[in-house]
Amino acid sequence: MTATIRVDLQLIADMVEPGTRALDVGCGDGSLLAYLVNFKRVDARGMELSQAGVNACVANGLSVIQGDADADLRDYPDDAFDYVILSQTLQATREPREVLRQMLRVGKHAIVSFPNFAHWQVRLRLVFGGRMPETPSLPYKWYDTPNIHLCSIDDFRALCRDMGVRVERAIVLNSTSRRIQMPPLLANLIGEQAVFMLRRD
Amino acid sequence: MLDDLTDAERKALAQCRHAVLGVERPLRLDCGVDLGPYRVAYQTYGTLNAAKSNAVLICHPLTCDQFVAERHPVTGKEGWWDSLVGPGKVLDPAHYYIICVNVLGHCMGTTGPLARDPATGEPWNLRFPVVTIGDMVRAQAALLDHLGIPDLFCVIGGSMGGMQVLEWAATYPSRVFSAVPIACAAHHSAQNIAFHEVGRQAIMADPEWKGGDYRLHQTVPARGLAVARMTAHITYLSEQALQRKFGRALQDRNVLGFSFDADFQVESYLRHQGSTFVDRFDANSYLYITRAMDYFDLAGANGGVLANAFKGTPTRFCLMSFTSDWLFPTRESREVVHALNAAAANVSFVEVESDKGHDAFLLDEPEMFRTLSGFLKGAAAVRGLGAVS
Repeated sequence: MTATIRVDLQLIADMVEPGTRALDVGCGDGSLLAYLVNFKRVDARGMELSQAGVNACVANGLSVIQGDADADLRDYPDDAFDYVILSQTLQATREPREVLRQMLRVGKHAIVSFPNFAHWQVRLRLVFGGRMPETPSLPYKWYDTPNIHLCSIDDFRALCRDMGVRVERAIVLNSTSRRIQMPPLLANLIGEQAVFMLRRD
Repeated sequence: MLDDLTDAERKALAQCRHAVLGVERPLRLDCGVDLGPYRVAYQTYGTLNAAKSNAVLICHPLTCDQFVAERHPVTGKEGWWDSLVGPGKVLDPAHYYIICVNVLGHCMGTTGPLARDPATGEPWNLRFPVVTIGDMVRAQAALLDHLGIPDLFCVIGGSMGGMQVLEWAATYPSRVFSAVPIACAAHHSAQNIAFHEVGRQAIMADPEWKGGDYRLHQTVPARGLAVARMTAHITYLSEQALQRKFGRALQDRNVLGFSFDADFQVESYLRHQGSTFVDRFDANSYLYITRAMDYFDLAGANGGVLANAFKGTPTRFCLMSFTSDWLFPTRESREVVHALNAAAANVSFVEVESDKGHDAFLLDEPEMFRTLSGFLKGAAAVRGLGAVS
């Protein structure tokens, strides 16, 4: 059992109060789930698109089902969880706005992390390279990327405003996964990814 | 009890435990009949711990029975879930007190159509009340009461066993810490009822069946039961498995016989399956047990909403299905998962890649064992059962 997880996952884990209920949508290999269960006594469940991922999670004693954010969140009743988590997956959903709405219906809080499409490297590659950007956090070719709904940090804030969702916390990380604290305009340029904690207003 | 046991029952009861229940308080069956006294035959492996927290109930499928992990007293074959239960296996008797109860209506020692009606002293035969999955589960719960086991660490079963697991979780949520329904559904589909009906009609069309009173006439509806088994057996396999095993290969010959003998290996195989089944299964029991499966509809019993069956459930669920199972396809397990999500239940669901069809749950499927082992380990940790393998 390792206590080390990806930086953005660690940030998410730090936002979750111990002893609560959480649903990790797109839980991958279950590393965040395992951390929440083992170190924070969280009643944590997962949902994962790949059957291989699900099977590996369940074989490790985690409660995970096969499903995806677009289709399967609507099964859950209102307020079923304290937290619904979506890490690095929002940009790959078909209807990000509806997914967010469902997350905030099912959970008291939603925690979302996503890559910032307005990061300076992305901007440079598009403006001066004239090609679709490929960066460490966006490693795909334009024709095989699962990321069909990319956004910038400011885009995401605008959506939250539009949906009447309260931003409880927003953490921006630079390309070395360090937290940066800057005015929004600059954060939207320097930040490579962001983690937001939201709740219904 | 006033039974003239069959040879099979005599051998079965000599090799397992049994209890006579419902003497004072009969079992109220879903059909409205009060059954009692009735006998429940069961087998156990391992020891109940002092806290009585390590009991695991295995629910057997249609044609298996309580002899899970030992040589069968009638057929002499290995236990039907030997791959899962035993020393060093996922369900190790060193850690768990494992119980398997022969279901109501069956023919391996538990009361069914073979027994005599205590009111008249006559053999029940077709006058035995039609039992349901719910009745089977209530009889099992009565046995646990009798044994002083308050709740179960896990209830596990495949196919009809999985139906019982779902029924257990829905009826006795506080007595089921974890539930593993495998290769099953919350109701029997029209197609499955149709196959069962073919089987039953084959039995009843056999002139030796004699309206169900064949023991009285000292006959055996062997042909009808064999055909029922042959039909059912096809549904347990996948097309790929049949193709891989037999293809169009001929049996003991190089050229077509231009007759209706078993030219093809697949025919010979099915005939063998049919004829050996007759030696270990009772035709009337087959009618009753298949009927119980047909009647199973957990949503129907809960106002048409399956999620209502699991409202507020504290049970941890792990469902499993197999990609090539067309009798209980993954879709039907997923329906149960959706209902459990709607009840915000703790649920895991794994679809195992296998080309072995419905029977996969009885076979050596490493992915199933890995899943189950991980799930049980997680559940045991929460239950405070200590280190289990």
